[in-house]
Amino acid sequence: MSNAKAEQPKCPQDRWRAVEMPKQDPKVRAHNFDEVALGYTEEQALTEAARCISCPKPGCVQNCPVELEIPAFIKLVKEKKFEEAIRKVKEKNSLPAICGRVCPQEEQCQKTCVMGKKGQSVSIGRLERFLADREMQKGVTAPQLPSPTGKKVAIVGAGPAGLTAAADLAKLGHKVVVFEALHLAGGVLVYGIPEFRLPKRIVQAEVDYIKKLGAEVRTDALVGRLFTIDELFKQGFDAVFIGTGAGLPQFMGIPGENLGGIYSANEFLIRVNLMKSYLFPEWDTPIRVGKHVAVIGGGNVAMDSARCALRLGAEEVCIVYRRSREELPAREEEILNAEEEGIVCKFLAAPVRYIGDKSGWVKEMECIAMELGPPDESGRRRPVAMKGSEFIMPVDTVIVAIGRTPNPIIQRTTKGLETTKHGTIVVKEETGQTSLEGVYAGGDIVTGEATVISAMGAGKKAAKSIHEYLM
Amino acid sequence: MYKIVRKSEIAPKIKLFEVAAPDIAAKANPGQFVIVKTCENGERVPITLVNADTKKGTITFVFNEVGKTTRQLGLLNEGDSILNVCGPLGNPSEIEKFGTVLCVGGGVMIAPMLFQVSAMRKAGNKVITVIGARIKDLLFFENEMKALSDEFYMATDDGSKGYKGLDFLKEILTKQKVDRVVAMGPVVMLKAVSEMTKPLGIKTIVTLTPIMVDGMGMCGACRVTVAGKTKFGCVDGPEFDGHQVDFEELVQRQRMFLPEERLAALFHERIGGINVVKCES
Repeated sequence: MSNAKAEQPKCPQDRWRAVEMPKQDPKVRAHNFDEVALGYTEEQALTEAARCISCPKPGCVQNCPVELEIPAFIKLVKEKKFEEAIRKVKEKNSLPAICGRVCPQEEQCQKTCVMGKKGQSVSIGRLERFLADREMQKGVTAPQLPSPTGKKVAIVGAGPAGLTAAADLAKLGHKVVVFEALHLAGGVLVYGIPEFRLPKRIVQAEVDYIKKLGAEVRTDALVGRLFTIDELFKQGFDAVFIGTGAGLPQFMGIPGENLGGIYSANEFLIRVNLMKSYLFPEWDTPIRVGKHVAVIGGGNVAMDSARCALRLGAEEVCIVYRRSREELPAREEEILNAEEEGIVCKFLAAPVRYIGDKSGWVKEMECIAMELGPPDESGRRRPVAMKGSEFIMPVDTVIVAIGRTPNPIIQRTTKGLETTKHGTIVVKEETGQTSLEGVYAGGDIVTGEATVISAMGAGKKAAKSIHEYLM
Repeated sequence: MYKIVRKSEIAPKIKLFEVAAPDIAAKANPGQFVIVKTCENGERVPITLVNADTKKGTITFVFNEVGKTTRQLGLLNEGDSILNVCGPLGNPSEIEKFGTVLCVGGGVMIAPMLFQVSAMRKAGNKVITVIGARIKDLLFFENEMKALSDEFYMATDDGSKGYKGLDFLKEILTKQKVDRVVAMGPVVMLKAVSEMTKPLGIKTIVTLTPIMVDGMGMCGACRVTVAGKTKFGCVDGPEFDGHQVDFEELVQRQRMFLPEERLAALFHERIGGINVVKCES
């Protein structure tokens, strides 16, 4: 199908349609943790790249948080100059294999693509992924580094924001040490996003690339407990970047929420992704998933949790969301993937209490039906509970995916660091500087839970400011 | 990697490790714990600290070989290294001059109680220490505790050494003014002690050991109900007011993965050698 397209790249009808990316069959993939989307072949990439018309004023670049020079790298793809193309990408984005997979391109670069006005936008993310994967297969070489500046920067948190800041600062010749509290670098990329959406070998390869740039990664180091920010300066660091993310799970505070079988999405995903409990008992950390699973919430984390539960053998996985399908905050692509795999949704409903069996395990969930009222401050219509509409759902596993809040440890242990009432760190918009000299922050710890790419954008901006501050 | 500089078996299947970890040692206080992981595919296990020696740059902890990971840990020897040690985690114990403090340590948690007894003594308290275990062979640190305490008692479930059961505590609590009780041990013991002190109005601090994964506030596996509110054992605790803890829920939550824990132990017994080789490579 797609091969036929590749042979007729100039066919006028095809020009408005993007080349589909091959995927694992939904029936097969619902039972394994292998990657769902398989990536473009060279032929497919060339066909897709040919659709880019190289606009003189490209909307895609403006809408990219890291200002990737999209038409320029696509032009190099068209010319089959793949090495140059990936170098062009890496000038702005140190984690292309990750962004190519998990960025919400439809909301960013691809949203403003000229081709999208009449047909489908150019698949920028898929092309980015193609280049990154191709380079990884051939073996990644680190670029020539400038001579050392003699300055030292501590990066707190090895997630998307921290890794991006680390890469940019290392490329500028600064000595960078990344402190990570968990035993593996990657942050949400390793503990949150599942293997079938972002294979962990990809994250590892990107972390290795950052190490090749000269950055040191120190795991098991929870800054705030092991060292405070003040102590990092005493140890000889000249600047600090805080990218500790939003990793605290939220619960609804309804009766029965501490029964067995009820997980926060964070616990569920940490067990499955970081601790690889889908490989239990070869891997030691267990997980228990029953037959009837309810996932509370409608974001990407809810979709990821639901799809993991299905792969762990659940008979039925139901996403329970208090608004309707139109308001689902998850990426459309991920919603479609979940639906294809057989995940069902119960819209306009929310749990009010959980009922356990004699051993303290959840057996039923009482829900209440909702209707949509006038819009709230987020602009979405506010769900309002309908009196007397309570109903019971039999469940033996519940995953609560209603959002995460900022990690509080740094804020609690750093004097003079200004924070908001939501627990996020206050920074100057244009520089990422906090209320303390030499201390910068970015990513979810500043914005609250957001996307991988916006965190990377913030890491990039802070790296630039830190460089200016140091030099 | 964290090198084991001293290993000893202090009771059957109960082992002590002193580990080189200067940064952790510099920050560790009584009541805090570390998360230990022995190999790439291993689980993260929280273990309460027994000592921190800032001069030597070492931390000490004690564990009971009950599950797969602790058995695997027990196979390591002096000179070997532990892959991951993260800490210090959790809040330090509240240590100040309270007056008379009764310290009750049970089972493997006798060990971290030593850290606390020592700190309570240094803070100028009169320290009454009680250590308890199922049977006499499982009692340890007798001499160490005796040396640090103003009064010292032992108890076993079967009466094979010291008092039989914990009922004698009532006498201690009534014959003199006790200003604070701290307890570390199995949930049944924590509950029994808390129930004894509640009618007497003596503030009782218990160390909870719920299941944890990350140990730093991210997963919520360790949630416990205290005074009707959900708290996280790792970041809000691990010490809580014993009169406010929902012990029934804690016991149920600790048992959540019992079948899997048994399976993992069995797996380890049968083909555990594979994992051990992986650790060393």
